[in-house]
Amino acid sequence: MTRSIGEALAAARDGSAQEVATAAIARARDDRWGALLHVDQEGALAAAASVDTAATEGRAVGPLAGVPVVIKDNLCQRGTPTTCASKLLEGWVAPYDAHVVERLCAAGAVIVGKANLDEFAMGSSGETSAFGPTRNPCDEARVPGGSSSGSAAAVAAGIVPAALGSDTGGSVRQPAAFCGLVGLKPTYGRVSRYGLVAFASSLDQVGPIARDAASAAALFDVVAGYDPRDATSADAPRGEHVAAVARGVRGLRVGVPRDFVAGADPDVRDAFERALDRLVERGASVVDVALPHARHGVSVYYLVATAEASSNLARFDGVRFGLRVEGADLTETYERTRARFGPEVKRRILLGTYALSAGYYDAYYLRAQKVRVRIAEDFAQAFERCDVVATPTTPTVAWRLGERSDDPLQTWLQDLYTLPASLAGLPALSAPCGTGEAGLPVGFHVTGRRWDEATLLAVAGALEGER
Amino acid sequence: MLDEAEVRQVARLARLGLTDEEVGVMRGQLAGVLAHVRDLDAVDVEGVDPLGLAPAGMGSREDDVRAGLAREDALAGAPEPVDEGFGVPKAFE
Repeated sequence: MTRSIGEALAAARDGSAQEVATAAIARARDDRWGALLHVDQEGALAAAASVDTAATEGRAVGPLAGVPVVIKDNLCQRGTPTTCASKLLEGWVAPYDAHVVERLCAAGAVIVGKANLDEFAMGSSGETSAFGPTRNPCDEARVPGGSSSGSAAAVAAGIVPAALGSDTGGSVRQPAAFCGLVGLKPTYGRVSRYGLVAFASSLDQVGPIARDAASAAALFDVVAGYDPRDATSADAPRGEHVAAVARGVRGLRVGVPRDFVAGADPDVRDAFERALDRLVERGASVVDVALPHARHGVSVYYLVATAEASSNLARFDGVRFGLRVEGADLTETYERTRARFGPEVKRRILLGTYALSAGYYDAYYLRAQKVRVRIAEDFAQAFERCDVVATPTTPTVAWRLGERSDDPLQTWLQDLYTLPASLAGLPALSAPCGTGEAGLPVGFHVTGRRWDEATLLAVAGALEGER
Repeated sequence: MLDEAEVRQVARLARLGLTDEEVGVMRGQLAGVLAHVRDLDAVDVEGVDPLGLAPAGMGSREDDVRAGLAREDALAGAPEPVDEGFGVPKAFE
């Protein structure tokens, strides 16, 4: 088992990247968690061979040379299937590389395969995949979280030391929390979405999931940065985030919105409080802050994100990509093809279409956008008193497979802690902070100022020091 | 209150085929969600600019011509590539 990026890097320096890749492929082939949808043996071995050749010839290798990773299957990788875990894209082969794939390859990473996800990244349990659910390696009767379910499970199962997911409303952070891992959603604009299949464009970000903060930081440093092919990509200064992990938290002011945190289960709150105590022991201080509009995050998100999804997913119509189910005419072909979306995707397309439709736009979509601004204003005020805002990542530990699939609203309500940072475009991270009910992992969620991923990684590093 | 006719109308707008059973299930679920989101009605949004979140540094750029996806690559995954375009079923008689 490769536990960290550092171990894989050390092996690559010894000229044994191919051995590391072969072992990772073997673990990927032995996937009993439903973590992966595709294993790219040929591509992975070729990438590893070129790392070994470079090392043998004394040429420079990249910062992730020989590190096996998996990427969520809503990221395009030229020549490999990209399904978004949907029947609509079954068999579709991406004709180009996503920006983050280009970055990974240039850094010498070895992409072992494509990870399972909730269909089109819509879900928070991994159960909406058209190709079967993913199981949580910490407890196989439980969900791994979602939507980056396979990315988290592949890391938790030890198949790879790190993975890329995407996070629209918590899809990197929540599965990281459920699987006992570090998950980072970067600042909106930090990582190019070129080649990420769009779900909700005002929210989507690509982010790393890894076993430890240093590995997450190493992956983040590789994929972050300006790309003109994503109109929202910002030309922000790039940091040295690996160094930030060991920076410590002395003098850090951790803001806690007490009313909001009270919504979590007692076992989760206990683990959260213990983590706050550890940060205080290491020199941080805890201050009360208020996020009075954060409790509206679920309503705002499920109007805004579904509205954007209803527009973005219009392109899956049986004409340009993947599946077509023939009808008598063009309209019937659209309807029959799109009937193959799973129920969660249909529900969101319907809700989003409704929220945008004539007569309802002002009451739903426009009002949600305005409350979204209020949520962002809350953070701006909180950051006058603190450096990060902390809550649990989720109100409960991982639930059992099948336990909540009948009631979508109840599942959506579980996203309350991850949504506000997404809506405000701020960076946020989930770090492991001990265990709750049944010995299952609990996540510590920190939101930072725009572009301040470094402080979030320092918090994650400080929490690790006590493990 | 959302009724089944409205669900069918929204599905038609979204070009989404639904079975009768799905219409019934979705009606109930969406009605629940629409009741939940009424919490937003209590928020004072007087004077809020709904586009107030657009971050700095994301201004317009030069409209440069750049190489895009090759035509054959774009067509490779299409269900019905025809000559140099996407084939579609007839739209009307």
